[in-house]
Amino acid sequence: MKPLAHVGKALAHDSAALHVSGAAVYIDDIAEIEGTLHVAPGFAKEGAKGKILSINLAAAQAAEGVVAVLTAQDIPGKNDCSPVAGDDPIFANGKIEFHGQVIFAVVAKTRDAARRAARLAVIEIEKQKPDVTVADALASNGDLLPPYAFTSKGVVAALKNSTHRHAGQLKIGGQEQFYLEGQVAYAIPQEKGGMFVHSSTQHPTEIQHCVAAMLGIDDAQVICQCRRMGGAFGGKESQAAQWAAIAALAAHITGHPVKCRLDRDDDMMLTGKRHDFEATYEVGLDKSLRIAAVDVLLAARCGYSADLSAAICDRTMFHADNAYFYPQYKIATRRLKTNTISNTAFRGFGGPQGMVFAEAMMESIAIQHGCDALELRKKNLYTKQRNTTPYGQKIDEHLVGKIMATLEKTSSYQKRRKDNAKFNAKSSILKKGLALTPVKFGISFTNTMMNQAGALVHVYGDGSVHLNHGGTEMGQGLYQKVAQVVAEVFGIGVDKITITATRTDKVPNTSPTAASSGSDLNGMAARNAAMAIKARMAEVAGRQHGVHPSKVTFWDGQVSAKTKSSSFAALATACKGARVSLSATGYYSTPAIHWDRATGRGHPFFYFAYGASCSEVLVDTLTGEMKVSRVDILHDVGHSLNPAIDIGQIEGGFVQGMGWVTTEELVFDAEGRLRTHAPSTYKIPCASDVPEDFRVALYESKGNKADTIYRSKAVGEPPLMLPISVWCAVMNAIASLKPGTVPKLDAPATPEAIMRAVKSLGVK
Amino acid sequence: MGVHVRSTVNGDAVEFTCPEDEVLLDVLRNRLGLTGAKEGCGTGDCGACSVILDGRLVCSCLVLGAEMDGKVVETIEGMADGAKLHPLQQHFIDGAALQCGVCTPGFLMAADALLRKNPDPTEEEIRFGLAGNLCRCTGYDKIVRAVQAAAKEMRG
Ligand code: FES
Ligand code: FES
Repeated sequence: MKPLAHVGKALAHDSAALHVSGAAVYIDDIAEIEGTLHVAPGFAKEGAKGKILSINLAAAQAAEGVVAVLTAQDIPGKNDCSPVAGDDPIFANGKIEFHGQVIFAVVAKTRDAARRAARLAVIEIEKQKPDVTVADALASNGDLLPPYAFTSKGVVAALKNSTHRHAGQLKIGGQEQFYLEGQVAYAIPQEKGGMFVHSSTQHPTEIQHCVAAMLGIDDAQVICQCRRMGGAFGGKESQAAQWAAIAALAAHITGHPVKCRLDRDDDMMLTGKRHDFEATYEVGLDKSLRIAAVDVLLAARCGYSADLSAAICDRTMFHADNAYFYPQYKIATRRLKTNTISNTAFRGFGGPQGMVFAEAMMESIAIQHGCDALELRKKNLYTKQRNTTPYGQKIDEHLVGKIMATLEKTSSYQKRRKDNAKFNAKSSILKKGLALTPVKFGISFTNTMMNQAGALVHVYGDGSVHLNHGGTEMGQGLYQKVAQVVAEVFGIGVDKITITATRTDKVPNTSPTAASSGSDLNGMAARNAAMAIKARMAEVAGRQHGVHPSKVTFWDGQVSAKTKSSSFAALATACKGARVSLSATGYYSTPAIHWDRATGRGHPFFYFAYGASCSEVLVDTLTGEMKVSRVDILHDVGHSLNPAIDIGQIEGGFVQGMGWVTTEELVFDAEGRLRTHAPSTYKIPCASDVPEDFRVALYESKGNKADTIYRSKAVGEPPLMLPISVWCAVMNAIASLKPGTVPKLDAPATPEAIMRAVKSLGVK
Repeated sequence: MGVHVRSTVNGDAVEFTCPEDEVLLDVLRNRLGLTGAKEGCGTGDCGACSVILDGRLVCSCLVLGAEMDGKVVETIEGMADGAKLHPLQQHFIDGAALQCGVCTPGFLMAADALLRKNPDPTEEEIRFGLAGNLCRCTGYDKIVRAVQAAAKEMRG
């Protein structure tokens, strides 16, 4: 077999040259069409829950530059922008359910005029006391969606009979996506009542459908396009729809192109975030400290509507085992309604919360029993015999133990553990902590239907290639990876392939670019399209040279048969002359997955992605200040499609996850108002927060066991969970103050949380 | 109403009238068609709008358009020398120091300003020099490495 020419190469991101020149066009950079108007959302200044008593928009209407003011009554079709349940009104009608819920919008000549006018509205709410926290919602028994659990028959008995028992509680914070490009859409009215929408969205098909339903027209009359997003991270999966719908409504009503770009504060207040959870658990262990049974309740703050919470909380359950075998289990969830913005997708999609519970439990057991947490973790990993997950899928690839063993050596874990113990014995205030934690992350949408993708490939008469597929580009390098796949199939340079914007009129009925599935699904679909064209081209070449098409090879821009060869371009011209179609759609659906939610059994994941990280921290136990001093990562991406892009995903995912478990804290006040709605109050990591000693390596894989595109593995989400080792290292450091006692540390481990944990130990 | 402004942007003379409260970022993006600087926050906290004003790195979202009168503005669009990329630009590409790219122009401006003041910064100086620029995608490591590599090349 020939080596690969393009797949597996560390080529630059397809837009890299544009990015460094400021020439990459994001939606707000598109040259505005003459007459373009701007729309800004408006909401009640006060109140998070209650009947809308009155809306007075006269002052907004009269403000300078204002063209129109829109409310629910102006919507010709369906007033809904929800992804699943039909419970997210575009404009609140009659009542509001969280602070900042959009009630109206102002269309004006400039964005500034629209935003200023939106503040002039006078809205009266019959205020009711909101449920803000998980505790509030539990107290009012506010289940938004039915509770759901994986329960084994023997869990109660196994807990009772276990040698050691340990109980704990953990608060797990939410997280703001903080994509650097905020939500934005630009709608342009078309002939016959149609609409063209540029949307910064991970899910163009859903935007298309939402806009069509809102206008009361056919899906086919709406086109949604997305060339690139300035970051998304799940926050533009369902959350882009409302702004696209408002822009489209304004365009429909005024007949002008209309742009809706949220201000950062509005973006943070008005769009969903990662779910916060509270975990309450009990675990039973045998005398060798192997887990016998786990009983955990994970209670989620879902916000005011269902959004994607059902699937997200399911994924929390799917990952509450992380990489560990639980012989008996009850993994229960409550999906709670609160009067806060509806929480939504964010890289990991509920998985991180399940996993941080599992690792907090491990760390706590180790502290309580005075053993090394790594030994405890290794002892409880899935093995060939102990291989069944709480949802019935068998683990058939046992990589994580190998990855951990390698990392243990390369990070000098044992030596540093001893060094830290010595350091901590001498240092009364500054304490070092070290932890090495695994990640096992299931790849596939757990809603089996969504595991499908399409592509559209054209070869032109000059041998150049047009590539389009249903996946969206948010910086993750998907377009580049898929282009490398297509270049490989045709045996031509990647520079011969023109990547084009994702559009609903080129590839229809797509799934969101989410669940790390982008290159798995779209890479396969594009490959299938390219293979179809290649087969036709091979037939023409075979006829020309008198050989069977299977003997025709495509390599290095040449198409060869026996001793003859011609350029790919010449063959393309010949195909056109021979009246052979050089255009094809490609389609792919993931095989071998199934899931029966009613029984809680199945094979929901095509495969798992694995990794591990070892983090060291230095904690000032007097002030709560914390610094991550070194991080080692080993991560499995199968045969990488592009190692530069994959390592970028690992580093970026790690730092984002590190923010989640350390500095990023969402604060809602008792009135349900988000008080951390700007980067001035909400702290994402910056360059000086990231460890200087940051060692990232790809696991030397023999390739994915599952038959994926060139045996690669998905890499978008899994690395986000690697920094759970940072949180565990903080626990490890604090626990050194009083060995044997588990500090009450919540996530994120902010300085305040660290101080509370130190205090919980009751040491002077 | 408005202020009359004359300035030099990336070496070209520009002249326009804008409202006195219009910020430099909007002037660049909406009046001059220079959309390389981005609005990430509008409050001086993210650095996506960074440009160089009379040799000083500024958040263009916090500077008024009127303030550029008589001054020299440098933006990402003027960083390359014709078709030849600045070493920082080249190393950002070669070192894969970008993903979604929205932060990239701001980082390049900030790094350029840093290296003009301090051609041989330590890693810590680079990290703190870039701490006013947020990137949500890359995790910063490759950005820091790219700046180190460019600084080295520029020192010759
Ligand atoms: S937009 Fe100017 S600092 Fe964020
Ligand atoms: S590359 Fe996306 S914010 Fe930096």
